[in-house]
Amino acid sequence: MRITCPICGDRDRREFYVKGAALARPEASATLEDWHEHVNLRDNRAGETKELWYHEMGCSAWIEVCRNTVSHEIVSTRLAATADLGAKR
Amino acid sequence: MRFSGWRVLKEGLTGNKGWAPHWRDPEPQPEYDVVIIGGGGHGLATAYNLAKEHGITNVAVLEKGYLGGGNVGRNTTIVRANYYLPGNSEFYSHSLKQWEGLEEELNYNVMMSQRGQIMVYHNDGQRDAMVRRGNAIINQGDDAELLSREALRKLVPILNYDNARFPIMGGLLQRRAGTARHDAVAWGFARGADQRGVDLIQNCEVTGIDVENGKVRGVQTSRGVIRAKKVALAAAGRSGQVAAMAGLRLPIESHVLQAFVSEGIKPVLDHVVSFAEGHLYVSQSDKGGLVFGSYLDFYSSYAARGNLPMVEHTMETCVSMVPALAKAKVLRSWGGIMDMTPDGSPIIDHSGIEGLYLNCGWCYGGFKAIPGSGNAYAHLIATDRPHGAATKFKLDRFRSGQGLMDEEGTGAQHNLH
Ligand SMILES: Cc1cc2nc3c(=O)[nH]c(=O)nc-3n(C[C@H](O)[C@H](O)[C@H](O)COP(=O)(O)OP(=O)(O)OC[C@H]3O[C@@H](n4cnc5c(N)ncnc54)[C@H](O)[C@@H]3O)c2cc1C
Ligand SMILES: [Zn+2]
Repeated sequence: MRITCPICGDRDRREFYVKGAALARPEASATLEDWHEHVNLRDNRAGETKELWYHEMGCSAWIEVCRNTVSHEIVSTRLAATADLGAKR
Repeated sequence: MRFSGWRVLKEGLTGNKGWAPHWRDPEPQPEYDVVIIGGGGHGLATAYNLAKEHGITNVAVLEKGYLGGGNVGRNTTIVRANYYLPGNSEFYSHSLKQWEGLEEELNYNVMMSQRGQIMVYHNDGQRDAMVRRGNAIINQGDDAELLSREALRKLVPILNYDNARFPIMGGLLQRRAGTARHDAVAWGFARGADQRGVDLIQNCEVTGIDVENGKVRGVQTSRGVIRAKKVALAAAGRSGQVAAMAGLRLPIESHVLQAFVSEGIKPVLDHVVSFAEGHLYVSQSDKGGLVFGSYLDFYSSYAARGNLPMVEHTMETCVSMVPALAKAKVLRSWGGIMDMTPDGSPIIDHSGIEGLYLNCGWCYGGFKAIPGSGNAYAHLIATDRPHGAATKFKLDRFRSGQGLMDEEGTGAQHNLH
């Protein structure tokens, strides 16, 4: 599996740490139910899904990766900073 | 049809012409008392227990492929009761006791081999952790023995005791642990359930779950609509997708775990041995092949195959811990889809929808759980109360944060188990 880092280009899977589903973080004041969903519940789709990967042994960028969980194909990648996942302040 | 030594001898001498199929191949009925989704170890053991322990025989097991084609036939077959935390501890203790009587119970040779399992430690910190774990196991009523380096070396001479980075300092042995023939476990429960009237329906994929006014009515399948008073999930790696058919989201991510088998060699390893460093477990099958595995690949996956970095890691660990195996050739490798929960422990519970039950989250450890889970899940389905050995396998623990069972102590978070 090779992942395209938007900064470094195609790199071996071994250079990355995977965090899991890319989800927008609830606000600190969000309800218990919202946090439970965010922390625990998953769509867990068979097919294309968005994940956060960290280019640990490269440029240290957090990357939003769209990956197919059935074929392991990497469909697209972009910097997580541009994916609007942070909580509103 | 009963199996016995005499019968095997007689059939052997008369051309094996007297064996009949082990179970029927029935057409689905329009309605059942209980429909179980998934014909793996858990689904089949649950059907068997519903019929045997609770007299509920109007039951169908719906399997989208063939019986035993899922993880129950893809695992590294380790059976043990050496868990540490309350909840897991009593459950796996219960399950191991069921394993010990399983062959007589089912009149089926599941090749249960209590050859002993050893967890090796490499340093003082790990030794302390093993002592603690051993005491917890003994408190639970199961067996655990701390082995010194010398005692372990006598028992298992083939290991690399003097690795510069990870020397082996000793191990924790559970003599009653071991391995079982995984397909035979599925077949034995299937045969036992069928004999008691359960319909085992293969090539029957569940595509929808019908819920009306908060109550389950039945399922849609590739072989038509089947109505049911109760519907019980046992779909392992596919649990998230099956639950979604009823509008539920589960605290589960599906991940791939790989396993490896070497060519057959002469007996070199009598026990199951697992290593704390680099994580490796290895045993030798009766055919002589070494069966071994390591971590998950660590990204979510529905492909029953993994990637090369984890193959490389597993081989590296294997060769550093058991260098003699470097000369054995790997014969086969494969992967299975694991239903991972945030805390690495399972769920046997109501779903929140009346008549719909959950059995999932077995992660990489659900093979040893099969007899206990069948027993406990059938109890829940039949009586609507949790079985005494499985009271802590609650779905709600993730919402409340109470009663999480994080055996590894890494934190109850997806991607950490
Ligand atoms: C490589 C590997 C090594 C492992 N090693 C061990 C070990 O050493 N010890 C241990 O205790 N555990 C181990 N495990 C874990 C263990 O195998 C699983 O936790 C356990 O088998 C899961 O339960 P099951 O047997 O019911 O699953 P499965 O056999 O996977 O059964 C689930 C069934 O549901 C069916 N299904 C899914 N969706 C549908 C649908 N929509 N309609 C109808 N049917 C459906 C599937 O086809 C499948 O047959 C290992 C797993 C793997 C992959
Ligand atoms: Zn990079």
